[in-house]
Formats: sequence, structure tokens, C-alpha cells
Amino acid sequence: MNESFDIQSIRKQFPILDQEVYGKPLVYFDNAATTQKPLCVIERERAYYLNENCNIHRGVHYLSQKATEAYENARKTVADFIHAREAREVIFTRGTTESVNLLATSFEHFFIQEGDTVLVSAMEHHSNLVPWQQMVQRHHGNLLVIPMSDQGELDLNCYSELLDQRPKLVAVAHVSNVLGTINPVKEMVRMAHEKGIPVVIDGAQSVAHMPIDVQDLDCDFFVFSGHKMYAPMGVGVLYGKAEWLEKLPPYQFGGEMVDVVSFERTTFNVLPYKFEAGTPNVGAALGLEAAIRFLQRLDRSAVESHEATLLHAAVDRLCGIEGIRFIGEAKNRSGLVSFVVKGVHPYDLGTIIDKMGIAVRTGHHCAEPVMTRFGIPGTVRASFAMYNTLEEVDAFVAAVKRAALMLR
Amino acid sequence: MTIKEIQDSIVEDFSMFDDWMDRYAMLIEMGKECPMIEDQYRDEQHLINGCQSRVWLSAELKEGKVYFAADSDAVITKGIVYLLIKVFSGQTPSDILAADMSFLDEIGLKEHLSPTRSNGLLAMLKQMMLYAEAFKLQEDKR
Repeated sequence: MNESFDIQSIRKQFPILDQEVYGKPLVYFDNAATTQKPLCVIERERAYYLNENCNIHRGVHYLSQKATEAYENARKTVADFIHAREAREVIFTRGTTESVNLLATSFEHFFIQEGDTVLVSAMEHHSNLVPWQQMVQRHHGNLLVIPMSDQGELDLNCYSELLDQRPKLVAVAHVSNVLGTINPVKEMVRMAHEKGIPVVIDGAQSVAHMPIDVQDLDCDFFVFSGHKMYAPMGVGVLYGKAEWLEKLPPYQFGGEMVDVVSFERTTFNVLPYKFEAGTPNVGAALGLEAAIRFLQRLDRSAVESHEATLLHAAVDRLCGIEGIRFIGEAKNRSGLVSFVVKGVHPYDLGTIIDKMGIAVRTGHHCAEPVMTRFGIPGTVRASFAMYNTLEEVDAFVAAVKRAALMLR
Repeated sequence: MTIKEIQDSIVEDFSMFDDWMDRYAMLIEMGKECPMIEDQYRDEQHLINGCQSRVWLSAELKEGKVYFAADSDAVITKGIVYLLIKVFSGQTPSDILAADMSFLDEIGLKEHLSPTRSNGLLAMLKQMMLYAEAFKLQEDKR
């Protein structure tokens, strides 16, 4: 079923790319914020609302049963995609942020006590940092932080020592949204498990770019968003090992997640429904399934090598710009390049190249501690997806050069 | 010059350029003329929130007229804050409070700035109005 990697046929499936902004062809390099959606995903969600829309699970009628079946099939597709043992280990959420908040809330009730700590890395996105911080602070505990090198690589020796302080869990990004670093999460999970500590992996920035195998990683939890992997906004995933999810108490209460309700007491539904209170975003979940099918039809190693080519070309060509400083130069990187130019504010640079049709992100990228670590106000971040081209990289580098000249 | 006259002359300056690059180049050049805020005011208290870049703004009242000074670590932001300073500095608090700011639309600044950026612009405007209001209260008490 593999289609060979043909960039033009891929771009045709993303009609949004074929437009001009301010009279210039759009170069969309803000994929780490959200990717564009292929026609098959848009069509899937549309078809759901055209022909299948219905509230799921409890309905006895035809449409409800069809929608329920489709939704549960989407769950199986996600489970296969990340190689979970069982579909019930896949909880649908609104996105990575909700997945982490769900976990933090349930963990807190389950086993966080006075003075407990959680171990995070120095490169976490706020959404894999603040929920844990607030959780432990409510119990007068604090976060432990795995430091990183100037290249943006985590210090595994320090990590090992920090594990000896017995944090209640480890929360770490698979790929950094600012630095692009691919963290050695498999090794980190192994090290944590040696000390009996569970690990949560934030896969928001990895899932679109590399195959994910949660059994191979052996992580206890893996969270990601649909919208950063070509799926619609409003759906995300919390994967958890069944033995963990069974133990954790529910996050939100309401319909769907209950078993028997009386005014005196309530018993809760089984996995995965225990964690899915209320009506889910069925259309988006079906869109996520379509996005997975879309990825599976492609030769993913060809996609990976295309994205690596874009990244290396961008780094190579940006090197020629006077005063450039890359933020994040890890050996293992994926998907994006972050930088500052001496004497130029990232905001100014982003504003000028926007007018040349280039969409990048500037600022702290929801990772303020990373900015503090490198002593900068923010970076310019160009992040890539499968549909980007080398010509776009050239246009981007030329725009940065011109803007830097204007601004210095 | 009145606020309206200054605004008209800014609109005229901007209308010379069709291209946004040239308009930005002009904004950047303008920023260089911005009256610099004194170092003692470059602190948290004078920092305006709501921008990706940092902007400091100070104001003083001299002979019934308000004079602003500012700085920013981003040159485009500095150009924008200077644009506002040009319009308001040397005016009375009452005139500032009564000013019609639709010229920002005319020069395309508002529509060409994304919400977060335009929040920065609006935050600067709001801060200037707050200064004018405070000065007006001071004067009224006398």
C-alpha cells in the first residue's frame, strides 16, 4: 500500500498551502504549532457531520450504533498506530494539555503526599511542567529538574542522581518544541523503572515525525495531540498502561464514565470510559483516524529522511547569516530549527519575514525556562512538515537575510 | 500642531509607500528618533505587558502638557510606540483623552498587526491614556 514519496502529490493533498499571503507564496514553517490537514482528514470529518453525526454509546438506534462503532474503531486504529497492547489503553482527550492535566489530577488523588516531588526536564513545554508543578506545590513539594547542556542535550548522569531522590514520577518531552532535541526516552524509562518510578512521555512533537512504539519504549504514559500530526484540532490521546489506568481515579465526572448511579453512591465504568466523561469530539477522533491512515499509506522512512533533509538544509544555509546563533544543537534532532540573530529581536524578524509570506513562530514557545537557560528573550523557530520543500527553505533563508539587514 | 494635524501628516507619510517593506523600514527609522526613557524608569513599573517584546514608557507633565519617553528591545515596537508619542507628546491631558485614534486604521497599522501584536499597540495606547487621566486629575485638584 505504500505510495512512494512524491512531494508534489503530497502538496496537492493540502490545498491550504497553495495560497498567497501579502501577494507572496505562503511558506508555512509553523508546523510545530499545528500542521495543516490533508483533504482525506477534512473529508472524513465532513462526512461524519454529513452522514453519521450522532451521540455515541448509549443510543439503541442505527445512527448511534454506527457512530459508536466508528469511534471505537478509531480508538483501535490509534492503539495500533502507537503499538499499545489494547485499545482500552487509549483515552481520547482534547489534546496533550488535557492529557497531562488528567494525569496530574488523577495522580494527585492517587498517591501524592506531603513534600513529594516530580522530575521534569529543563526543556519542557509549559503544559508538561505547570500541571506537575501545581500538583506538587499543593502538597508543599517541588519539581526536580534534569539539567541540559549548551547544545540542548539532557544530562543523564544528573538524571540518574535525581532519580535517587525518589520523585513520584518522571515527565519528559520526547522531542523538544524549542530545541528539536530528541531525548533518549527509552533509556530514560529503563533508568526510572530500575527505581520503580513511572514515566510520562510528552509526544506532542514526536508523533508526526517518527514511528511510536509504546511497548518498545515501555513508558507508563504517552500523550499527544491530533492537530500536530495532520489531524483536526480538539482531539488528543492519553495512552497509559492498563495496570496504571485501572488504579487511577477518574478525572472528570458526568455521563458516560459511570456504571451505577444513585443519590448515595456511584460506581464507575471500565476503561477507557472511566476517563471519558461527557460527549467526546467524535468527528475529530475520526479525523485523527484518517490522519493515521494517511501516514500509514506513506513510506514513513522516506518522510523522515525528507524532513531531515529540510532541517539540515535550513541549518546549513542559515549558517551563512552574520551573527546567527542556533538554540539547540543536539546530535539527535527532529523537525525544527530555533535561532536568534545578534542585534535583532525575534519579534522584529518574525514580523518582517511574515510580510514576505513566511510563517514562523517567534517568542518563548511556551517554554520560558528554556529562554532563561539560554539568556534570550525568545527565538525564531522554523518547524517543518512532510509537505515543505527545499525551495521553501531557500525562500525562508533569503527572507531572514533580508530582514536581518533591515533590522540591524 | 494639534493631534489631528500630526495624525494627518503621519497618514500622508505612510501613504507614500505601497509596499509594506517600505512602511516597516520607515517605522524602524522613526523608532530611532524616539525620545529615550531615562534609565531610572527602565523598570518593572514602567514595563507594558501584552507585547512579545519589552516596552517601557514614562510620562511627565510640564506647563500643562504631557511629554512621553519610551524604549523597546524590538525596533518595530519602538517605531510604533514613537508613532503614538509623536501624536501625544506636547498635548494637554484633555486633548489626549479626547483624541480620535482612527488614523491607526488609515495607515493600516491595526489591520496588519495580528491580535497579539495589536494587543501590544492597544496596551501602549491604554497606558498613555492612563497617564493623561492621572495628570488631568492632578490638575483638576489644584
